[in-house]
Amino acid sequence: MRVLLRNPRREITIDGRRRVHALLNELGLSREAHLVIRNGELVPGDGELNDDDEIEIRPVISGG
Amino acid sequence: MKCRTCRNPAIIDLPRHNANFCAEHLQQLCRRQVEKAIHDHRMFEPTDHLLVAVSGGKDSLAVWDILHELGYRTTGLYIALGIGEYSHESQTFAEDFAARRGLPLVIESLRDDHGFDVPTAARATGRVPCSACGMSKRHIFDRVARDGGYDAVVTGHNLDDEAAVLFGNALRWDVEYLARQLPLLPARGGFPRKAKPLVRLTERETAAWCIVRGIDYIVDECPMAAGNKHLAYKQALNLIEEESPGAKASYYLGFLERMAPLLSGLSAQQADELASCARCGSPTGAETATDGSTVCAFCRLSEKARGHEPVPVEMLMSKSARRAAAKEARG
Ligand code: SF4
Ligand SMILES: [Zn+2]
Ligand SMILES: [Zn+2]
Repeated sequence: MRVLLRNPRREITIDGRRRVHALLNELGLSREAHLVIRNGELVPGDGELNDDDEIEIRPVISGG
Repeated sequence: MKCRTCRNPAIIDLPRHNANFCAEHLQQLCRRQVEKAIHDHRMFEPTDHLLVAVSGGKDSLAVWDILHELGYRTTGLYIALGIGEYSHESQTFAEDFAARRGLPLVIESLRDDHGFDVPTAARATGRVPCSACGMSKRHIFDRVARDGGYDAVVTGHNLDDEAAVLFGNALRWDVEYLARQLPLLPARGGFPRKAKPLVRLTERETAAWCIVRGIDYIVDECPMAAGNKHLAYKQALNLIEEESPGAKASYYLGFLERMAPLLSGLSAQQADELASCARCGSPTGAETATDGSTVCAFCRLSEKARGHEPVPVEMLMSKSARRAAAKEARG
């Protein structure tokens, strides 16, 4: 699947199906600090991501 | 995963509520938390005209959206801080939101209206950018609220923001700041009432609100934020939150319930004498200029910054932030 990351903006490719939580763990990203979006919609922690999905992992922490 | 309320498929898991929610019931939860904050802290009267400080980020657009939906009369205030591309983009998000909702938006520009911008002010005064920025924003919120006759200034500070500030204040045991760290500050001495209706929502929840409501906001970080302590405190608290869900809420909301009352004597003492700034007329603690007149901190900052040649934002970014920006620009 294609994964868009932000701050800074970059794209990575991950092979194989994953649950959202597993993907975040794998990338070392805090569940409390990120949301996963597929086609404009949120995917919950146990949501299954498919190999052909395009997703965005959006950080929600802001530093002002 | 099913929604706790309606058993339809959930779109988000909220460990601190030990539950999952669909889009509709996530919104219900957010609305109720905001209503509870407004009610518990007696933030507004139904007829109040609220000035909402909007940055183009998720929190300020979420709070504006929710207050508008709850039926409050609101006007947005966007301050153009002159932080390069970041400022241009964030202004577009604020303007687009206002236009789509048909809501009034006041725009004030540091560069056009005051002759400087945040990077220049930081360089000219030797302050860190966030300090020059925060002080300028507060001054402008206060003045626009006073001149426009608004009943209160609303900001989008969320639970994570407040917990992080609390953490920083408690690390230093800065009791004066602790005493003032409240979701509602009443008007005093020419300063408007200030309210933070999102203090019961985490930033994951306010971001989710924007996504389910189709609100586009600036996701990129302000280039001046990199490496500030506030971010480090948030990350530390999120580590704890993951181990024990609800920790952030009990830390901050417990402070409000059980600790803040013990400090209230201190905050009353701070309601001290205020003078009028000789330059702009704003109320100010008596800061005295070289000629003996009283000049507020903002006017002193802007005098220094106006005399300084404009400093491009890149000059104040850390090396790593500059590298990341350059990489992003290359695509
Ligand atoms: S991160 Fe700092 S400089 Fe940037 S907008 Fe926030 S307060 Fe201002
Ligand atoms: Zn539901
Ligand atoms: Zn002044």
